[in-house]
Amino acid sequence: MEEGRKKTIVKLIQVEKSFGQTDVVKKLSLEVGAGEFLTLLGPSGCGKTTTLRMIAGFEQANGGRIELEGVDVANLPPNARNVNTVFQNYALFPHMNVADNVAFGLVEKKVKKPEIKKRVSEMLRLVQLEGMEKRMPSELSGGQKQRVAIARALVNEPKVLLLDEPLGALDLKLRRQMQIELKHLQRRLGITFIYVTHDQEEALTMSDRIAVMNGGMLEQVGTPEEIYNHPRTRFVADFIGESNIMEGVVKETKQGDWQLYMDCGSVLLSQEEGCRPGELHYVCIRPEKLKVSAAPVEGFSIPVQVVEHVFIGSQIRTIVKTTDGKKYKISSPPDGTLLPAESQGFLYWKSGNAVLLPDDEQDGAPLEKGEDAFAIEGGEAGGSLV
Amino acid sequence: MGHLFKEKKKRSGGSRLSCIAMIGPVVVWMLLFLLVPLLYVICISFLSKNSYGGAGLPVTLQGYLGMLQSEYGRIFLQSLWLSGKTTLICLLFGYPFAWIIAHAPKKWKPFLLLLLMLPFWINSMIRIYGWITLLRSQGVVNQMLMAAGLIQKPLDILYTDGAVLFGMVYDLLPFTVLPIYTSIEKLDHSLVEAAQDLGAGKWHVFTRVILPQTMPGIFAGSIQTFIPSLGLFYISDMMGGAKTMYIGNLIKNQFLSARNWPLGAALSIVLILITLMLMRLYTKVGSLDDMV
Ligand SMILES: Nc1ncnc2c1ncn2[C@@H]1O[C@H](COP(=O)(O)OP(=O)(O)OP(=O)(O)O)[C@@H](O)[C@H]1O
Ligand SMILES: [Mg+2]
Repeated sequence: MEEGRKKTIVKLIQVEKSFGQTDVVKKLSLEVGAGEFLTLLGPSGCGKTTTLRMIAGFEQANGGRIELEGVDVANLPPNARNVNTVFQNYALFPHMNVADNVAFGLVEKKVKKPEIKKRVSEMLRLVQLEGMEKRMPSELSGGQKQRVAIARALVNEPKVLLLDEPLGALDLKLRRQMQIELKHLQRRLGITFIYVTHDQEEALTMSDRIAVMNGGMLEQVGTPEEIYNHPRTRFVADFIGESNIMEGVVKETKQGDWQLYMDCGSVLLSQEEGCRPGELHYVCIRPEKLKVSAAPVEGFSIPVQVVEHVFIGSQIRTIVKTTDGKKYKISSPPDGTLLPAESQGFLYWKSGNAVLLPDDEQDGAPLEKGEDAFAIEGGEAGGSLV
Repeated sequence: MGHLFKEKKKRSGGSRLSCIAMIGPVVVWMLLFLLVPLLYVICISFLSKNSYGGAGLPVTLQGYLGMLQSEYGRIFLQSLWLSGKTTLICLLFGYPFAWIIAHAPKKWKPFLLLLLMLPFWINSMIRIYGWITLLRSQGVVNQMLMAAGLIQKPLDILYTDGAVLFGMVYDLLPFTVLPIYTSIEKLDHSLVEAAQDLGAGKWHVFTRVILPQTMPGIFAGSIQTFIPSLGLFYISDMMGGAKTMYIGNLIKNQFLSARNWPLGAALSIVLILITLMLMRLYTKVGSLDDMV
């Protein structure tokens, strides 16, 4: 282990899972450090829930190893693992009131009655449900059920808490509020969270690290900043936040520079590292990094027509159209000067604000070699910056 | 506004008509075949026994007062006791039975349920006759046991209290299994997983989650077994040789052999009242189930 790295608590090594003929999780390797907030993010059906269920012990992996605190847990049933789950549908016991639901795990551990009472009421205070001890789950709102489910898991002080889209059923406002509460709780108690969500904003704001999954494989693991600013694959660039993606072929110019030729124009690359001449590449630029000017900018020759400006509160959204008919999005602060609609202009971006990615379809899965997934802090950034 | 209102009224009038058309036949049917006979029995229970073995004036409480004889009280208790035992045994066998069906592979379920329902297609009395031929002293079971040399003399299986209990359990088991099966099917599997997740082993998952969650089914199964078991007179007649008297036989005898119609009718009314009370309990539990 590297110096300064947190102790690893959950370790997945080349884990595989298939249901019948379909491979749902493919050679997935991941390390989660103690006290870390790791989010699994990915499209529906990519295997997030299945991965959590394997860690909790509800599904048996078909291949690979799962280690909790360095111990292979293949033969441990769910009740023998020091892991608790907050289920997507809450799964509160309908025949028990709030206090009994929360006390369930402590009763199993044979904790003494007065102690149980104390810890349950402490936990309910923590999730702001004091005075609701005697309510039945059917008498709670969605957000309250949610908090009971979280309290029921947290009261056992597990080493690892697995949360499967715990805020999925809540309205936006309650969701934002619960996000903050959850993050506070996690910090305060120092429990490792493995968190599944569909909501990328949620992932970006709450996580220490994000693991982006697609089709049962990890696309990229990194801090929210890395994932957002240095996506390593086209999928990640596309899935997280908004991206403008242009495709073109890299060629060497007569001067010995590298130039990316696209259908709509060409760009001189400031950094040729990582590009493979003659091959298809993608350039990904966030809308807030893409700019349009009336006069051509050195190195860029991408003529566009401004289609429209849309005011969206804090930002102005500009749509531009290139000569090949594709549309791109630009976000700019509302106080800047804008080219009028219908006028002609040229696209450009500041050096280092765009990411150049080789065509990942040719590469196969970018993380199959595995080792990259083990990096806990930092690790190598995504594609090269251009 | 007024126009709208009228329109609405007209429509609701129409729906009332169609409502009457729909439930009308049912009401007529119930009146003819349930309410009228019931009123008839209530009337008889307040008449007095006449010398020809029927019922006639004057109006008395003879029938009800006759029930106070200690012998009848004992028979009532005996019947309740037998029904209680029947229900308990049905539960003990029925729960695992229902569990197995509910957890059988999908392909098998319809078949297993069909097996469970199959006896319903054959008249219960005929099936009891079947058991009699199997169990009597010259019956198949005894002959096989003797041929195998396991016993010298035929066993007295039939015409014992045990045989009656067996017959009752046999006849009523499907009524116990079906509601329990339904409640096990309805059980949310994520609750089981939640319990395991919180550290519960197999036994605690069962006692702390599955059992309470299937309680409505257990209740429904018990009552659906208990109520019909109170009135099943022919099983104790046929398999018990009418040696022990139960409410069912008692009532039957008042009408057919003892010729004390008012007493028979009064006993019937009390039995119906007990049943109604149990039904009330049942619907209460049912609505509880809906709440959960
Ligand atoms: N028990 C099962 N039997 C067969 N296939 C299953 C089973 N459980 C999951 N799958 C399949 O595995 C794939 C991954 O499922 P999983 O529930 O892990 O997705 P997910 O990433 O959690 O999706 P979502 O975001 O929609 O919850 C899906 O295609 C699903 O159909
Ligand atoms: Mg899921």
